[in-house]
Amino acid sequence: MTYLFDNYWIHFALFVVIILGFVLTMIMGFIYIERRGLGRFQIRLGPNRVGPFGVLQPVADAIKVLIKEDIIPAKGDKLVFWLAPVVAFVPILMIFAVVPFQSGALLADLNIGILYIVAVSSIAAVGVFMAGWSSNNKYSLIGAMRDIAQLLSYEIPLVLSIVGVVLIAGSLSMTKIVEAQSIPFILLQPLGFLIFFTAALAEINRCPFDLVEADSEIVAGFHVEYSGMKFAMFYLMEYCEALAMAAIITTIFLGGWKGPLLPPFLWFLIKVVGVFFLFFWIRSTIPRLRIDQVMAFAWKFLLPLALINLLITALQVLVWGEVSPWAIVFVNMAIMVVLVVLWSRFFKLGGGRVAV
Amino acid sequence: MAIKTEPFVINIGPQHPSTHGVFRMRTTLDGEVVVDMEPVFGYLHRGVEKLAEGRSYKQNIPLSDRLDYISSMTNNQAYVMAVEKLAEIPVPERAEYIRVIMAELQRIANHLIAVGAFLNDCGAFMTPFLYMFREREKIIDLFDMVCGQRLLYNYMRFGGVSQDIPEEFLPALKTLVNSMPGFIDEYDQLLAQNEILLARSKGVGILSKELAINISASGPVLRASGVKRDIRKVDPYSVYDRFEFDIPTGTVGDAYDRYWVRIQEMRQSVRIIKQAMKQLPSGEVLTEVPLRLRPPVGEVYGHIEAPKGELGFYLVSDNSANPYRWHVRAPSLFNLTALRDMVIGWKLADAIIIFGSIDITMGEVDR
Repeated sequence: MTYLFDNYWIHFALFVVIILGFVLTMIMGFIYIERRGLGRFQIRLGPNRVGPFGVLQPVADAIKVLIKEDIIPAKGDKLVFWLAPVVAFVPILMIFAVVPFQSGALLADLNIGILYIVAVSSIAAVGVFMAGWSSNNKYSLIGAMRDIAQLLSYEIPLVLSIVGVVLIAGSLSMTKIVEAQSIPFILLQPLGFLIFFTAALAEINRCPFDLVEADSEIVAGFHVEYSGMKFAMFYLMEYCEALAMAAIITTIFLGGWKGPLLPPFLWFLIKVVGVFFLFFWIRSTIPRLRIDQVMAFAWKFLLPLALINLLITALQVLVWGEVSPWAIVFVNMAIMVVLVVLWSRFFKLGGGRVAV
Repeated sequence: MAIKTEPFVINIGPQHPSTHGVFRMRTTLDGEVVVDMEPVFGYLHRGVEKLAEGRSYKQNIPLSDRLDYISSMTNNQAYVMAVEKLAEIPVPERAEYIRVIMAELQRIANHLIAVGAFLNDCGAFMTPFLYMFREREKIIDLFDMVCGQRLLYNYMRFGGVSQDIPEEFLPALKTLVNSMPGFIDEYDQLLAQNEILLARSKGVGILSKELAINISASGPVLRASGVKRDIRKVDPYSVYDRFEFDIPTGTVGDAYDRYWVRIQEMRQSVRIIKQAMKQLPSGEVLTEVPLRLRPPVGEVYGHIEAPKGELGFYLVSDNSANPYRWHVRAPSLFNLTALRDMVIGWKLADAIIIFGSIDITMGEVDR
């Protein structure tokens, strides 16, 4: 593809617009898909009043949220309260700078792309904690504390499972990772994918790890005091996180834009929506874990498995450099099944009642 | 360096998504752990018992609907049976069978809500709840058919029921009863063996047998703790002695057992309805009773096995048209008293599901 905008700044400006447009439309699409899809899962119709098949429902939601009164708690920390949604939202948006929509179509092809994602995405937790703290509300404080604990625990298996992919691809750059996938890494790294997917669910606070905003326990968690546009920012952030995670999973495990027949960008979209479908399928099915169980699961189950996975991958890269990758696929599948089954035998959640 | 920590008080309720009405748990938390919990109720107090003293016996039937509004058929039944005991009014056999069918349908409807709400408290984002509402809807349609009401039925009368069941009722009931076990299996497959649900509710909020008896708990809460006490068996009223059914009991008395007992009770209720449909005699459904009923001087305690436990009415008559005293023994209230002992030491999230597993209706607790 001959690229007209060789000038760096034009490229930059163009992609900022593309990313903003992509993210906002995709979020609207996700909100619509999730609400309709959840409706189907829950044997009801879902929103179907606004526009044909209710497609304009997200627009109606946005307008509603925009004209709502913006309430700031009297005893809250006003500056932090005001800053929190921005601090939470912007880093998630920044992730898309290195996500390749198709070959060469990305804002910056960083040679440390995946590292950049890991680094930037964890900043969002600061915004969440700022929101929880500045609201001066006990529910939101509990939610914010849960978010920090969860993020710290799940960041480690998340990163470790990425390292396996990086070892095989031999690069941290997102484009290179996609190009290295002659067969999608989900097949070469099945265990890594499972760990990443689980940890990703925890990172984006989705069911069964949605303790941060557990509505039956702490009402709405960290954003319980937020209303109006600030609330909308958090709402956007949640879907933006889901979109970002879906895009990352697509890129590093599902072969990114690659696929037969259809244009590359469409393949990317299909895969992203597919991953998102998994997210809310799980949400509509599974109950929530408790905070100590969430922690135990991260440290006692995911972390050891991620380490073993890393070790095995490193050995395979070292020894089996020339062997056909399809042989490795079957070996790795077998290893995954054995490890997961064995480990879940010995894994005990523990916790429970505390003597008071 | 030790960080100074201190427990903090958090008010769960009166407005909270999972307090099942206007109930307040004044909870002291140490981090996530519940150190102390004080249940505060009375937000829904309407003075029903005093109100009843100013109305005639018959006028109080709709008032009994409004106690446990989730299962008002059994409220009707308990009150009506207490008055029948007091005034010695005979009830035609067909009416007794209709009452049993209604009560068991009501039990299924109530347990559907109880289990659905419990799973909702566990965080299973509305899905099981809505599935269970699908079946409850069918039961409510049946009630609508017999009495024209969908929530507060006001169906039973002294000496029978207000009207006979319509022609289309029995076929509709038959379809429902035949499909119901399949639906219950569906819920079982959906979540009963789910790893997360087991981790969340097994061993959580154990109510010991002794404590359950001491607080005079009843219903599924008592039976989950391993006490095999069901008023339908120990003091058979109506025509319950003619049916074959088991009393499911739990072993540990944890939240999961309470959930499990309810699922099993639904199966037993289906069994009872099937038998009652077979035995249903024809004939009158209502005995003539004077409009201004004046029961002889005396007092009476009538109790039935309501879905939530032992629902009793204690009535004192001074031979006037209005009851002298109209007291309700509400199962929700007694079961709720165990809450504090069950939640202490557990996490905040557990406190919510323990509370959800008791299954209360605030309309009955506060009266």
